[in-house]
Amino acid sequence: MEHIYLDYNATAPLRPEAKAAMLAVMGPPGNPSSVHQQGQAARAIVETAREHVAKLTDADPASVIFTSGGTEANWQALHGYPDRTIITTPVEHMAVLSAAPDALLVDVDADGLIDCDHLEHLLKTYKDMALVSVMMANNETGVIQPLDQVIELAHAYGAIVHSDAVQSCGKGARNGFIGFEASGVDLLTVSAHKMGGATGIGALLVRDGVKIPPLIAGGGQESRRRGGTENLTGIASFGAAATAIIDNMTEISGHFDQLATWHKWLEDEITNAAPDAVIFGQGVKRLANTSAIAMPGRRAETQVMQFDLAGIAVSAGAACSSGKVANSHVLEAMKAGDLAQQTIRVSSGWNSKQSDFERFVEIWLQVYQKQV
Amino acid sequence: MTTDLAHPPIIHDGLNSLGFATAPEQTRVVVAMSGGVDSSVVAGLLKEDGYDVVGITLQLYDHGEVVRSKGACCAGADILDARRAAATLGITHYVLDYESRFKASVMDDFADSYLKGETPVPCITCNQTVKFHDLLATARELGAACLATGHYVRRALDDTGKAMLQRGVDASKDQSYFLFATTPDQLDYLRFPLGGLSKDETRDHARRMGLSLADKPDSQDICFVPNGRYGDIVRRLRPGAIEAGDIVDLDGNVLGQHDGVIDFTIGQRRGLGIGGRKDADDGEGRLYVVAIRPEARQVVVGQKSDLACHQVALRDTNWLAADVPPLGRAVLARLRNTAVAEPAEITEWDTTTGTAKLRLNVPQYGIAAGQAAAIYDAEDADWLLGGGWISGAPTRGGG
Repeated sequence: MEHIYLDYNATAPLRPEAKAAMLAVMGPPGNPSSVHQQGQAARAIVETAREHVAKLTDADPASVIFTSGGTEANWQALHGYPDRTIITTPVEHMAVLSAAPDALLVDVDADGLIDCDHLEHLLKTYKDMALVSVMMANNETGVIQPLDQVIELAHAYGAIVHSDAVQSCGKGARNGFIGFEASGVDLLTVSAHKMGGATGIGALLVRDGVKIPPLIAGGGQESRRRGGTENLTGIASFGAAATAIIDNMTEISGHFDQLATWHKWLEDEITNAAPDAVIFGQGVKRLANTSAIAMPGRRAETQVMQFDLAGIAVSAGAACSSGKVANSHVLEAMKAGDLAQQTIRVSSGWNSKQSDFERFVEIWLQVYQKQV
Repeated sequence: MTTDLAHPPIIHDGLNSLGFATAPEQTRVVVAMSGGVDSSVVAGLLKEDGYDVVGITLQLYDHGEVVRSKGACCAGADILDARRAAATLGITHYVLDYESRFKASVMDDFADSYLKGETPVPCITCNQTVKFHDLLATARELGAACLATGHYVRRALDDTGKAMLQRGVDASKDQSYFLFATTPDQLDYLRFPLGGLSKDETRDHARRMGLSLADKPDSQDICFVPNGRYGDIVRRLRPGAIEAGDIVDLDGNVLGQHDGVIDFTIGQRRGLGIGGRKDADDGEGRLYVVAIRPEARQVVVGQKSDLACHQVALRDTNWLAADVPPLGRAVLARLRNTAVAEPAEITEWDTTTGTAKLRLNVPQYGIAAGQAAAIYDAEDADWLLGGGWISGAPTRGGG
C-alpha cells in the first residue's frame, strides 16, 4: 500500500540537504566549547548554522539561542519575566498554554482570530507589566494572526511581545511569516522539524537589548542563555534546512502557491459533495498548506484511523503520548461545538504531490458516504 | 490454531477459521487489546493466521488521576504494554479515548449501585456498553468483519445454527459469567479465540511470540480500582453522598457505627468493627452483613442462617438461546463469578419487563443485589443460556 503523508504540521519529512548535513557531522568528536581543533570544527558548524537560521528569519545571528525545540523555546520565553503578567490566546499550542497556565486569555472569534480591542483592554490594565504571546499561524487551522497589529499595540503599552512562529517559519512571507528584525517582535520561537530539519532542535530568537535568563543553566553555552552541550547534528540539520529554503525561495514560494491551489481544490471538492462539511478559517488568511475539515457526526479519532488504514496520514487535535486523541482546545476556543470532536487536519509540505490530494478526497468521500 | 469454533464443527469448505468466506488477508479483524497477555495473544494468533489485524486499546480513565500520582501518565502501564505488544507483533494499533463514555456508562453506575446498597459488577457493564456497543460500532466503521477479544469463553453454534456461548475450556479462567448480557446481535460479530485454550497455553504462545508481557500477572482488581479500595473511588465520584450510620442486629439493637453503607456487601463478615456473638450458628460465633438499608443508613448483621436465600429476582435479563427460558426447566445458576453454578429453576419470566425469578434447589448464602446471575443449561453445563442482574435475594435477614 502506498503511504501518503499529509501531516506536515506534526512534522515534515527530513529534507535531503538536512540529512546530508547530519551525516557529515556525525562521527568525529568535537564539543563546540573545546579549545582543540576538533572543538573548533564543531564550533564552526554551530556558528555557520546560526548564521543560516538567522538569515532565514531575518535576524542577527547573536539573537539566535538554540534550544531542544519549539516547546523549550516557548517555555524559556514565558518563564523569562516572572514580574510580568502573561497575556495570550486560547488557541495557542499547548507548549505555550502549559508554560503559562495562569495567563490571561484574549478573546478569539469563530476563526480563532485575536480580538485586538480585548487585547488593548487587558494591556491598559497591565501597562508596562505585560508579556504578550500570540502565535503567528495556528497549527490546527493554519489561520494567520494579525501579528503586526498585535506587536504595535502591545509595544504602545510597554509590553514585551513573544510569538510562536513554529508553523510559519520557513514558509515565507506569502504564508504570513514576519521577519524578526522588521517585525519588532521581542522573542520568536522557531523549530527545525516543521520545515524539514531534524526533531529535537529549535531556537528562541531574542531581540538585542532584551534580557532573558536561561531556562536551563549549565556550562554557559549559547551566551549563558541555554546550558548543555550543543546538539550538533540537530543544529547542522537546522542550518541546512534553512539554507535549502533560502536558496530556493522562489521555487518554494511557487510550490506554496501550488499547495494553496490543491488545498482550495480539496476543500471545494469536499464541500460540494458534502454540504454539511465545514472548513475552519475558510474566509480568512491562512497557511497555504493547512485545511481543518469537519465531517459532522463522525468522530475525528475514527476518521484518523480510517484514513490511516487507507494509507493516508492525517491528524486530529493534539495527540497525547499514549496516542489518545484529545478534543481540540483550539476548536473549542473557536466555539465549534460538537465539530471540535469531528475535525481532522490535513497539512502538506515540501514533498507533497497533487495525487496525494486526489487520493485524500477519494477516501474522504468514501468515509463520508459509508453508512455505518 | 485452536479456535472457539471447534464445537460443534462448523468449519465448512470455503470458510476461514473465523467463519468468513474470505481469505484471512482479506478479512480485517479488530482485536480489543487491554495490555494483558490474553488479548495480546489473540492479536498474535490472528496475525499468524494471516488476518488483517487492527489492535485497539481503550483509554477508559485517567490513570494518573486514579492512582493520584502527579507524575503518572494519563495512559498507565497497560496502554503502553498494549502498544509494545502490537509493535512486537507488527500490527496496526490505536488508542481510543473512551474516558467520558466509561465514566457515564460504567463508573457512575458503579457508584450509584453501591449507594443503593448493592454490590455491582462493573466489568459486565463495561462489556455491555463500552466494549460490545461502542467499540463494536467503531470496529464496524473500520470495516472489520468481526471484533475479537481475549475472553476465555467459546462461541459455538447450536443445532439451529445460532451463535451461542459456551464456557471456556479452562474452567479456572472461564469468563462466561461476565458475558451473560451479550446480545445475539453482538455475538454474531464477536470472536473469542482463547476459548479452547488454557491460561498456560496462552502464556506459552506469548513466550513463543516474543511478547515481553508473557509473564505479566493476571489482573485481580477492577481496572479503575487498582488497590481494591473501591470505597475511595465511590467517595470521589459521589462526594457528600456518603453518610455514616449504625450497624444493627435483626432486632434493631445498635451494635456499632459505620462510615457509609458503600463499604459493605451482603455476606461480608470481616471489617465490621464489632465483636462476634457466642451463640452464632456458623459454629465460630461470627456475624455477617445480612442486609443493607441505605435509606436508613443501616447495615444489618446476623447469623449465617439469616443469609439463606431460596429465590432470586432478576432484572434486565438477556437470553441467548431462542427457546429459553422455559418455565420449570432445570438450569444452573451462577450467582457470583467465583461461585459454583447451582441447580435452579426459572419460575417466572416476563419478556416485556425483562424480569425473571429463579428458585434455588439448595439455599445459597450471601447473594447480593447488583451481582449477576449467569444461567447455564443443566443438561450440558457448558452452554450459557443467558442471565440477568440480581435485583433481590430475599432472606430471613432481609436481603
